[in-house]
Amino acid sequence: MRDTFTRCLEAYAQTHPELVLVTGDLGFGVLFPYMKKFPDRFINAGISEQAMMSMAAGMALEGKTVVVYSIGNFPTLRCLEQIRNCCAYHEANVKIVCVGAGFVYGTLGMTHHATEDMSALRILPGVKVYAPADGVETEAVMGPFLSEPGVAYLRIGRGGEPHFHEDGSLAGYRCGQALEQFPGTDAYILTAGGILGSAVEAAHLLEADGLHIGVASFPTVKPLDEAYLAALCGRVPVLFTLEEHTIVGGFGGAVCEYVCGLTGPRPRVVRLGLNDTYCSIVGNQSYLEKHFGLDGEGVARRVRQELGRA
Amino acid sequence: MNCQKSLDLAYKIRLHALEMTSRGGTSHIASIFSMADLVAVLYADVLRYDPRNPRMPGRDRLLLSKGHAGAGIYAALAESGFFPVEELLTHCQNGSRLSGHVSHKGVPGVEASTGSLGQGLPMAMGMAMAAKLNHEDHRIYCIIGDGECDEGAIWESALIAHQYKLDNFIVTIDFNKIQSLAPVEETIALEPLDEKWRAFGWHVIRVDGHDHEALHRAYEEARGAMGGGKPVVVIADTVKGKGVSFMEHSVLWHYRTARGEEYEAALKELEAGKP
Repeated sequence: MRDTFTRCLEAYAQTHPELVLVTGDLGFGVLFPYMKKFPDRFINAGISEQAMMSMAAGMALEGKTVVVYSIGNFPTLRCLEQIRNCCAYHEANVKIVCVGAGFVYGTLGMTHHATEDMSALRILPGVKVYAPADGVETEAVMGPFLSEPGVAYLRIGRGGEPHFHEDGSLAGYRCGQALEQFPGTDAYILTAGGILGSAVEAAHLLEADGLHIGVASFPTVKPLDEAYLAALCGRVPVLFTLEEHTIVGGFGGAVCEYVCGLTGPRPRVVRLGLNDTYCSIVGNQSYLEKHFGLDGEGVARRVRQELGRA
Repeated sequence: MNCQKSLDLAYKIRLHALEMTSRGGTSHIASIFSMADLVAVLYADVLRYDPRNPRMPGRDRLLLSKGHAGAGIYAALAESGFFPVEELLTHCQNGSRLSGHVSHKGVPGVEASTGSLGQGLPMAMGMAMAAKLNHEDHRIYCIIGDGECDEGAIWESALIAHQYKLDNFIVTIDFNKIQSLAPVEETIALEPLDEKWRAFGWHVIRVDGHDHEALHRAYEEARGAMGGGKPVVVIADTVKGKGVSFMEHSVLWHYRTARGEEYEAALKELEAGKP
């Protein structure tokens, strides 16, 4: 995802002279090709996320499209008020990129776990939130992420994730579109981000139990694809949401907010993710996913329990 | 040097601000009075702008980072022709576009909304950075408070602006020596303030913030610093509440609103000092 991001960024910069990349002293190696190609449109703001975010807003008010690059919670929670006041309120073209969604930097400890960022960003009016699942989805969202006016947030993994889509199959992706991986009749698992792989695996495991579970990915968490959700709500009794993130206020929260507002019969929503907790366990991403029951088997187990098949 | 224009404007800013905060029942009159002279010098004689074309590309930008003194900027803008002076009386009234902390939404001449301290300065720095990238020759001015210098983002910005040689960036510190609860030196001491900024690599000018001739010279020096590779800080020694004896040097008037007899007494003192 990270390499796809930089490749798409460089391609966009070629044709958009207003684009400027600002980093909070991160991106060793990753940003080097961009820095070499566009030295006049690269700024290292140092390790000063608060000034960096306000500065990005000021540059955007002068006509720049400013991509702010950092990792973990540094470009989000550390400078949340700057994003609110300086960027979002001013409708500034600031594009915030976080590498290290969820437990990507698992072994580095809780400071580096980006597990509340989607909740924090999606509550801000005017901020779009993208959480692609793989390189193909990342490429798909890069167009709207960079070109649509206003503040947008992109959370991505570090790299080496499996692909869930054919290369180029998502060309023409529009902001706010959900992507159905495969349909189901008993329930759906809806995901945001790289955790899509666990949903796909779980659905395959559950086939053996005679359960037909649909899976859909939401590369855009805000705005949510309400039309797709509305159609699902009439078809299945349970929706599972799955995210490598707290279940409070994030993707699952967004789905709940929508479903609660529906009239008539509506599905139960079961949120899978971090259950309002920090992670104090040391481990890599897959280890921590398993620990919190977010791997394929863990998700399948929860689905069986919730559907009375345990 | 003829300072009549800026003296007249400073007088009007104080009169308007007194009435605006009194009618609106709002705070920060003393913070407005301390910066009134330097704001007047900037709008009367220093800044390049066209009130008929507030978004003129080559204009100088001014951001008030100490957004709580917004009434002073609204008054300066109205008196400089950006919008009708009559509108000032809607300040902080229900339905008004003139909020207590300065707002850019629908207000001609205001570059950015501020109010959360430590954010206007780096925003202005972003504008200075953009001007450099675009090879433009306008200046970016920013007014910050002394208490605001407690914010880490001020010093983050001081480092960044120096690193990127933003010599088109002119920051003024309204050094009125009093913050919210107590004098600055009893809260988070700043002195020696000029040495701090010099150590950060800035071109430092220290000036009496109520001496119009000195302020004109200071901004002339600041504008002349473009090309020198250093951002400029004008440390303006000011008096909190300047212009009304019972407000001067007083912590009380950071928040208190002048009403009734106090309003009348303040107005009388200001009018007695008409230039």
